[in-house]
Amino acid sequence: MGSGVNGGATLRAAEPISRGPEWTFELIRRYDEAIGECAREFGLDTFPNQIEVITSEQMLDAYASTGLPITYPHWTHGKEFIRNEALYRKGYQGLAYEIVINSDPCIAYLMEENTITMQALVIAHACYGHNSFFKGNYLFRQWTYADAILDYLVFARNYVLKCEERFGVGAVEEVLDSCHALAPHGVDKYKRPGAKSLKDEERRQAGREENARRLFNDLWRTLPRAEAKEPRAAGRHPFPAESEENILYFVEKYSPKLEPWQKEIVRIVRKIAQYFYPQSQTKVMNEGWACFWHYTLTNRLYDKGLIDDAFMLEFLQSHTNVIAQRGFDQQGYGGLNPYALGFAMYQDLKRICEAPTTEDRQWFPEIAGGDWRQVLDFAMRNFKDESFIAQYLSPKLIRDFRFFAIADYEDEPELIVDSIHDEAGYQRIRTLLSRQYNREYVVPDIQVANFERDGDRSLTLRHQAARNRPLREDEAEETLKHLARLWGFDVRLESVGEDGSVSKTIECPG
Amino acid sequence: MDHLIDRRLAGGNKSAVNRERFLRRYKEQIRRSVKGTVAERSITDIDKGGNVNIPARDIREPVFRHGPGGEREIVHTGNKEFSAGDTIPRPEGGGEGQGRGNQGGEGETVDDFVFTLSREEFLDLFFEDMELPDMVRNFLGEVPERKWVRAGFRREGSPNNLAVVRTLKQSLGRRIALSSAIRDELEAARRELEEAERRSVSVLQVSMLRERVEELEKKLARVPFLDDLDLRYRNRVAVPAPVARAVMFCLMDVSASMDERKKELAKRFYALLYLFLTRKYEHVELVFIRHTDNAEECDEDAFFHDPRTGGTVVCSALELMHKIVDERFEPAGWNIYAAQASDGDAFGSDPAKSMRYLREFLLPLARYFAYVEIPDENDNRTSTLWAAYEELAGAEPNFAMRRVHGRAEIYPVFRDLFKKETAWGAA
Repeated sequence: MGSGVNGGATLRAAEPISRGPEWTFELIRRYDEAIGECAREFGLDTFPNQIEVITSEQMLDAYASTGLPITYPHWTHGKEFIRNEALYRKGYQGLAYEIVINSDPCIAYLMEENTITMQALVIAHACYGHNSFFKGNYLFRQWTYADAILDYLVFARNYVLKCEERFGVGAVEEVLDSCHALAPHGVDKYKRPGAKSLKDEERRQAGREENARRLFNDLWRTLPRAEAKEPRAAGRHPFPAESEENILYFVEKYSPKLEPWQKEIVRIVRKIAQYFYPQSQTKVMNEGWACFWHYTLTNRLYDKGLIDDAFMLEFLQSHTNVIAQRGFDQQGYGGLNPYALGFAMYQDLKRICEAPTTEDRQWFPEIAGGDWRQVLDFAMRNFKDESFIAQYLSPKLIRDFRFFAIADYEDEPELIVDSIHDEAGYQRIRTLLSRQYNREYVVPDIQVANFERDGDRSLTLRHQAARNRPLREDEAEETLKHLARLWGFDVRLESVGEDGSVSKTIECPG
Repeated sequence: MDHLIDRRLAGGNKSAVNRERFLRRYKEQIRRSVKGTVAERSITDIDKGGNVNIPARDIREPVFRHGPGGEREIVHTGNKEFSAGDTIPRPEGGGEGQGRGNQGGEGETVDDFVFTLSREEFLDLFFEDMELPDMVRNFLGEVPERKWVRAGFRREGSPNNLAVVRTLKQSLGRRIALSSAIRDELEAARRELEEAERRSVSVLQVSMLRERVEELEKKLARVPFLDDLDLRYRNRVAVPAPVARAVMFCLMDVSASMDERKKELAKRFYALLYLFLTRKYEHVELVFIRHTDNAEECDEDAFFHDPRTGGTVVCSALELMHKIVDERFEPAGWNIYAAQASDGDAFGSDPAKSMRYLREFLLPLARYFAYVEIPDENDNRTSTLWAAYEELAGAEPNFAMRRVHGRAEIYPVFRDLFKKETAWGAA
């Protein structure tokens, strides 16, 4: 324990902020101030916080709407609500201590049944950990507009309600269902260039003319003209010229059948999916960052004497629960715990900076012995899970977690242990684990390949089956039906294997 | 600047609308599940809420995802004995075991989606789209029903109608009005007294001032906390409320040929009917008649729970019903319904007589008469009563008959008999 700043030579306060488990608004405010001060000592840059105390029912509501404070009404939210409520009422599942919303100000929900220790933990975790991550990480900066999201959600909800009034609940629900099916493919991974204004366009046009004028040379006129090429038949241009990975975007822009209001709904689902895109790409980093900081900040409070031993013990118990990682053969193993991996990686980075071993110097020459706060800040800002692991997973952690990779090859009768936590395996494990956090590992690579614009208006999707992993066929057909409903004409899905040949085609009439 | 907000009072239940939408969307599946539940339940808890099972695949929301096959590697934690190159037999379940990311050997289990419906929701689904046929809703009884409605407050009334908050408001106002003048005086007197004590004027003067203060304090204390004037009572007035009046006759054959199974089925049918009527209509009278070789009117408890047995004379029940209608339910003022359950075993001239009696006396009076026959299991012969009644089925628009062989058929037949907008046509 004890992670003082620059030696941590602070005087211990005579009296802790609170004793006992009860919380009051006054206490929460005081903890927030104390934690906020520690956070500033460490140089955490955060949005202002809006801390809201809610009941467990309200927490269940928030669950149902994937944590968003406002959503449009839809049955799938009802389904989630019913599922979670049943689990909670029967005691199979506790509720999360907090939900935090990436907005400016950053909204964090605290549950009223938490003890003051848990409230303080949550404040450190959400209001300073997650909050600073939202503000700093490049994916969030690039893809989410923290100051606009709440307004957009309000707009989306009202728009959907208005459509329901005008066109009927059923009609709206159909569009939403279909959009939800395609939402994982409604995400941009790279920025598209912004639309050009008329002025820009005029300037470019003027530039082109100027260029032509400067390069003008009358000599060119004397060259014999080439035989005019056969004019290409109109409509032979494949469209889109390059395949489009954002299927919902393509539907919104080019669907021949959708009404304007339906297109707007497609856009709403797409925007919300895009809002969640950074979260899905930074689960390990984000949770790890929040855990690292609730741990560090709480220890700092303890060093300052602002919290007592009882507080610290309760805190440590919750903390260890959160970052517990079970082995593959233990009961309740559900894969890698992102909290555990993320926390361990940041702690490890700090260790590499503060007390590097020879191995660390060999693997991480540029950061070993460096200033841990700068190193962590850089790591938090510039990576996503995939690259973060590829860059920073150290051999020590691979040994600590006793990682091993299992290869599952269709042609092999048995599973093969690919590599383990030994000298020969470090690189390989690191690569494989990083690849596991690549989006394509979970979401199949499916793109719009062709739109028969001048023909039968059919739409062709191409599934690039990386490593020949097929789609789950019955579900793919169902999903394709949803696309056909949005598109209005025939749609087909081609699976292309590693060797480039079409291995499977599913069609669905519009 | 950080904000701390108490959001608890904002109220939850934001998901109610979504929950309702979910129920609406999966009505078919839920109804199927409810139907199954009804057949299994005992009569006494037929009207409880209940668990509903929906197959998970019905509510799955499809997305494009990877299926089993192809090549991939998965990283796990907690290695103990593996070395690179070891092989492990594939887990049971066709290699799909590791299909879902890191499920580590557990097959993808597809549990049914189970959740609980409240009693209200349950019964809503249960009796959805059902209506008493031909109910003349706007018919006013001779003596209009009266309904008590709130109408402000008044000064006298019985203690149970005391409006506490209102009374205290009155009391507060009166106390403020009566005591403010005294308070001012008291304030002034006290100041004077203090002044006098400080300036050490004569003892007499001080004691006079003190008396004055005490007197005023007493006066203030005499303003009563609660006065008769303050009392306010909730006022209610009766307003006439038009209701359509209806009576349902439940006729059940409890003769010896009705064995336990058949009686159970018949009671189940009436339990549904009873529930349906009491739930949907506030003002439906129920008359229970059971008959062996003679008929008697009984209360609902005896009807459902009292064992009794004997011979069979169907007509006796019809005659009794006619008699009761004559005595108590004048047809001009009442919508009359009847449901009869029997195994159809009737002897001699009884079936034909019953049929004629029904046609001549009861059907002209009744808006709707339903006959439910409960034959022996796997018995498809036409019973004597059925054969006789069949003549009515086509000819009389307000007569319907159905057969029920087993528990599972009760609910469908019941629905069929009372579905909305039926062939008899709503008024």
